[in-house]
Amino acid sequence: MTDFESHDYDVVVVGAGGSGLRAAIAAHEAGARTAIVCKSLLGKAHTVMAEGGIAAAMGNVWPEDNWQVHFRDTMRGGKMLNNWRMAQLHAQEAPSRVWELEEWGALFDRTKEGKISQRDFGGHRYARLAHVGDRTGLEMIRTLQQRAVDLGIDVFMECTITRLLGESGSGGRGDRVSGAFAYWRETGSFITFRAPAIILATGGIGRSFTVTSNSWEYSGDGHAMALWAGASLLNMEFVQFHPTGMVWPPSVKGLLITESVRGEGGVLRNSDGKRFMFDYIPEFFKAETADNEAEADAWYDDHKNNRRPPELLPRDEVARAINSEIKAGRGSPHGGVFLDIATRRSAEDIKRRLPSMYHQFKELGDVDITKDPMEVAPTCHYVMGGIEVDADTEAATVSGLYAVGEVSGGMHGSNRLGGNSLSDLLVFGKRAGESAAGYVAALPSRPAVAAADVQAAADEALAPFANPGAENPYAVMKDLQEHMQSLVGIIRKGDELEIALKEIERLKERARNVSVKGSGRSYNPGWHTALDLRAMLTVSECIARAALTRTESRGGHTRDDYPATDPEWGKVNLVITERRGVLQVDRKPLPQMPDDLKALFEETH
Amino acid sequence: MGHQQSMRVWRGDASGGDFRSYSVPVEEGEVVLDAIHRLQAEQAPDLAVRWNCKAGKCGSCSAEINGKPALMCMTRLSTFEPTETVTVTPMRAFPVIRDLVTDVTFNYEKAREVPAFAPPHSNADGSFRMQQVDVERGQEFRKCIECFLCQNTCHVIRDHEENKPAFAGPRFFIRYAELDMHPLDTLDRRRMAQEDEGLGYCNITKCCSEVCPEGIHITDNGIIPLKERVVDTKYDPVFISLGIGRRKQRRLVGPGGGSGPSPIKRPGQGQSSLRSAASAGPASGATATPTFAPAPPRAPTAVDKVASTASSAASKVGTAANAESMKTAMPAIGAAVGVGFLAWAIRKTRKK
Ligand SMILES: Cc1cc2nc3c(=O)[nH]c(=O)nc-3n(C[C@H](O)[C@H](O)[C@H](O)COP(=O)(O)OP(=O)(O)OC[C@H]3O[C@@H](n4cnc5c(N)ncnc54)[C@H](O)[C@@H]3O)c2cc1C
Ligand code: SF4
Ligand code: SF4
Ligand code: FES
Repeated sequence: MTDFESHDYDVVVVGAGGSGLRAAIAAHEAGARTAIVCKSLLGKAHTVMAEGGIAAAMGNVWPEDNWQVHFRDTMRGGKMLNNWRMAQLHAQEAPSRVWELEEWGALFDRTKEGKISQRDFGGHRYARLAHVGDRTGLEMIRTLQQRAVDLGIDVFMECTITRLLGESGSGGRGDRVSGAFAYWRETGSFITFRAPAIILATGGIGRSFTVTSNSWEYSGDGHAMALWAGASLLNMEFVQFHPTGMVWPPSVKGLLITESVRGEGGVLRNSDGKRFMFDYIPEFFKAETADNEAEADAWYDDHKNNRRPPELLPRDEVARAINSEIKAGRGSPHGGVFLDIATRRSAEDIKRRLPSMYHQFKELGDVDITKDPMEVAPTCHYVMGGIEVDADTEAATVSGLYAVGEVSGGMHGSNRLGGNSLSDLLVFGKRAGESAAGYVAALPSRPAVAAADVQAAADEALAPFANPGAENPYAVMKDLQEHMQSLVGIIRKGDELEIALKEIERLKERARNVSVKGSGRSYNPGWHTALDLRAMLTVSECIARAALTRTESRGGHTRDDYPATDPEWGKVNLVITERRGVLQVDRKPLPQMPDDLKALFEETH
Repeated sequence: MGHQQSMRVWRGDASGGDFRSYSVPVEEGEVVLDAIHRLQAEQAPDLAVRWNCKAGKCGSCSAEINGKPALMCMTRLSTFEPTETVTVTPMRAFPVIRDLVTDVTFNYEKAREVPAFAPPHSNADGSFRMQQVDVERGQEFRKCIECFLCQNTCHVIRDHEENKPAFAGPRFFIRYAELDMHPLDTLDRRRMAQEDEGLGYCNITKCCSEVCPEGIHITDNGIIPLKERVVDTKYDPVFISLGIGRRKQRRLVGPGGGSGPSPIKRPGQGQSSLRSAASAGPASGATATPTFAPAPPRAPTAVDKVASTASSAASKVGTAANAESMKTAMPAIGAAVGVGFLAWAIRKTRKK
C-alpha cells in the first residue's frame, strides 16, 4: 500500500529559493541531516528573477544609515502593521547576511572604496540595496546554491510536495508534523519524507492572477499545505501589485520592470507628458517627499538637502496612482503609463546599470529604452500575507513546522519595500534552519508518519486520473485567474468580493471534476496543473475572504467602498484557520512594540 | 494581427518518439514558449516542457528551434515567416525524459566537482575590499543562467557520450575562469581545469559562445585566458619546485568535491527497503551530536591550494562512477534533429 520510495531526514526544506537554501545551509551547519526539495531544477526558483537588490543598512554609501533607520522605513512602508520584532531582527541582521554571501563567492557591484555598492529604492531613506546590475537575485541564488552543493546537502529537484504528514492520521492537525508527501515530476512516482521538522520556503501565490510577474511555481502550495495541516495564515488580504509591469506585447503582459529604473532616475509620465506622481503624495509621506521637479531631481546627488522624488514612494502608492491615471483616460496607447529613463540618463549609463531591462525590452518588446519610454502598468508581484510564525524562530503554530521567505507572514505588514524580500530570505532563512535543527535535537521521540496520511495523500494525487469528469485543468485555472484579476485585484469592492467567493465555490466544484488526459504520470503537466489547483483555490479563497473582512484601505489592500485607512484596523491582524474545508477569519491584536522602538517614530524627518 | 502557426514538436520519451504536427493560433509579439503553452492548454495537455521566468532569466526553457539551440521564451515567432513551420526538439546532448524535457543531471554532477570559492579570511565584518574593474571580469561569467545550451552545443560531448566523464564543458570552464579571476580566491584552479575537467579537449571552435543567451564571451574571455594560464603554470618554476608534477589523489574540497554519493537525488534512488517509521524511535539528532555523516568541510588552506592542483588520472574514478548513472544520449530523436542542427551550424559558419 504505502511502500513508496522513502527517506529519513531531521529537517526537510521545501523550496530552493533564497530562503530555502539559506535555511538548509543553517540546518546542515547546525548538525541536522537536511534535504532540500523543490519543484523546478536547482537554481530556477523565483529568487533567480529578483533584479534590484538586497536591502541592508551597511552604510557603505550613506554612513548615516543604520538598522534603526531601516527598521523605521520598513514599518512605515508596511503602514505599521508589520510584526515589529521581525522588522527589527531583519534590519539588524541583514548586513551580516550580505557579507556572508560575499564570503561564499558573490560578486556585488562596488563603491569607489571597494566596498559593496548600494542603490536607491522606493521607501528606503538612504541608498541601501546591495546589487549586481539588475540581476541581484541570480547572484544570490547561485551563491547559495553553490554553497549548498559544496556542503553536500541532499537535493531532490523536480519533486513536488503535495501534503504534510502527521502522527495520527489528521495530516499534522492537532499534533506534530512527521514528514511530507511528494511526487517526482520525471516519473510521477511517490515519495514519503519522514522528518520531524519541515521548513516551508515555497514562495508566493501570484499564479492566481492573470497579470503577474510570478511563474507557474507560485500556486501557493506552502500557504495551503500549512493551512490544511492546522497552521494559521496571517493578513492574506495584502497582495502587492508592483507599479511597473510590462503591458505590451500581450505575451509579456505583467513581466516585471525593476524599481531600479526609478531608483536610477526614471520618472513616470501620463499621456500629457506630465510627471503625475506629484499629484499623488499622501499626507503620511508629505514631509519626506519632494513637491517639485527641481528638488526631486536634485535629490539623486544630494539626499541631505532635498526630499526624495514621489516616483520613489512605496509601491502601493505608486501602483494606485498609475491605476488612477489610466482610469482617468491619461494612459499610454496600450493601457499603461510611460516610464521614461531615456531622457534622463545617457545610453551608456542605462546599458551599464540596467542591462537586463535593456535586453528584455529590446528582445521582447521591440523598444530601445535608451531612446523611448517604456509602457508600464501594475502587475501582481508579491504576497505580504503568509504563514503565522514566531518572530525569533519562524515556528508556525503546528509543532515541527517552520515557514520562511515569501510564504511566511508578518514581516512586511501591509506592504513590502523593494529589496526587503531578499534580505528577509537570508535573515529568517538562517534563523529557521537553526531553530528547526534545534527543535529536532531536543525531541524526546521522533514522530512516526501515520500510514493513513500517506495513503490519503496518494489517493488524492491519483484522483484526477480516475476522474470520469470532463473538466480541463488549464481551463479551470484560467477562469480562476480571470476572476481573481477582475474581482480581487488592485482595487476591491465588497460586492465584487462576494461574487468572487461565489465563483471560487463554483470553481472548486469544477476542480473536483478535472480529469487528466494523455500519457500517464511521467512529466505530465496536465496532471501537475490539476494538483496545483487545490492550493490555488485555497489561497484565492483566503485572499478574498480576508479582503472582504478588512473594511479599510491600507498598503496592498485597497477598498473602493472603504477608501480611508482606519486606525482601529491598524491594531489588528486577520488570522485565517481552516476546519473541514471551511475557513475561519479572526481578528488578533498586533504584538506591542516596546517604547525604545516606538521612540524612533517620534523623530521628525 | 494573429495567425495560425504551424509547428512540429518532438513528442516521446526515452524509449522513442517522433514529430507531431500542430497548427496553433498565435498573437503579435509572441514567443515560441507562448505557442507551446497554447498547445498545452488547448490541444496537448500532457506536452512536457520546462519554464519559469518567461523572460530569459532562469535558463529553464532551453530547446532546439529549427535546429538552433535557444531559449523558447526569448525566441520571437516574428523571426520566422508566418508560413514557415517551426520545429521544436529537446536538447540533443542530454537524455530525453519526455517531449522537450531532458535529463540535465550531468551538469549538476559537474558543478559538484568545482571546489568552492576559498577566501583568505572571514568577511563577518564586511572587510572584503575589491575594485569594480576587478570584479567585472568575474561578473561576466556569473551572468550565466545555467541554460546549458553551451553544453548542448559543444561538439566534444554533443554526440560523444564517451567524453562526458572527462569533460566538464564550457559552462564549467567559465566557472573555473570566474574563480580564477576572483580577486580574493586562494585556490589554484588551473591544473584542475586542465587535468580533471578536460579543458584540453576544447579546440576553441566558439560554438558555445554563439548560442549563449546571456552573450557571455565564453571562449574569448573565459576559455582562452584560462588555457593561457594553464600553459603558464606548466612552465612556472615555482610550481615545478613545489613538486606539483607528482601525481596525487585530488583533494576533496567539501563532501561534494566531485566524488562520493551524489547529493543530487534522482527518482527511485531512495531506500528501497522501508525502515519502519514507528521504529525510528528517538531522533538520531536527539543529542547534540550532528547526524550528518560526512565530516564538515575544512576551510582550505594554502597547502590545500597547492595540493589540489596536483591531480591525477586516478582522480577520475569518481567522475566515471557518476557517468555510469547517466543515461546514454538519446538516439531516438533521430536524424531529423541532427540535420536541423547541422544546417544551423553550417549557416553559422558561413556567416563567419
Ligand atoms: C521579477 C521579480 C523581481 C523581484 N525583485 C526583487 C528585488 O529586487 N528585491 C527583493 O528583495 N525582492 C524581489 N522580488 C521578490 C523576491 O524575489 C521573492 O519574494 C523571493 O525571491 C522569494 O523567495 P523564496 O525563497 O521565498 O521563494 P522562491 O525563490 O520563490 O522559491 C520557492 C521555492 O519553493 C519551491 N516550491 C514551491 N512549492 C513547492 C512544492 N509544493 N514542493 C516542492 N517545492 C516547492 C519552488 O520550486 C522554489 O524552489 C522579486 C520578485 C520577482 C518575481
Ligand atoms: S569552444 Fe571549446 S567548449 Fe566551446 S564549443 Fe568549442 S570545443 Fe566546446
Ligand atoms: S554560459 Fe551561457 S549558454 Fe552556457 S549555461 Fe551559461 S548562460 Fe547558458
Ligand atoms: S523560462 Fe526562464 S529562461 Fe525561458
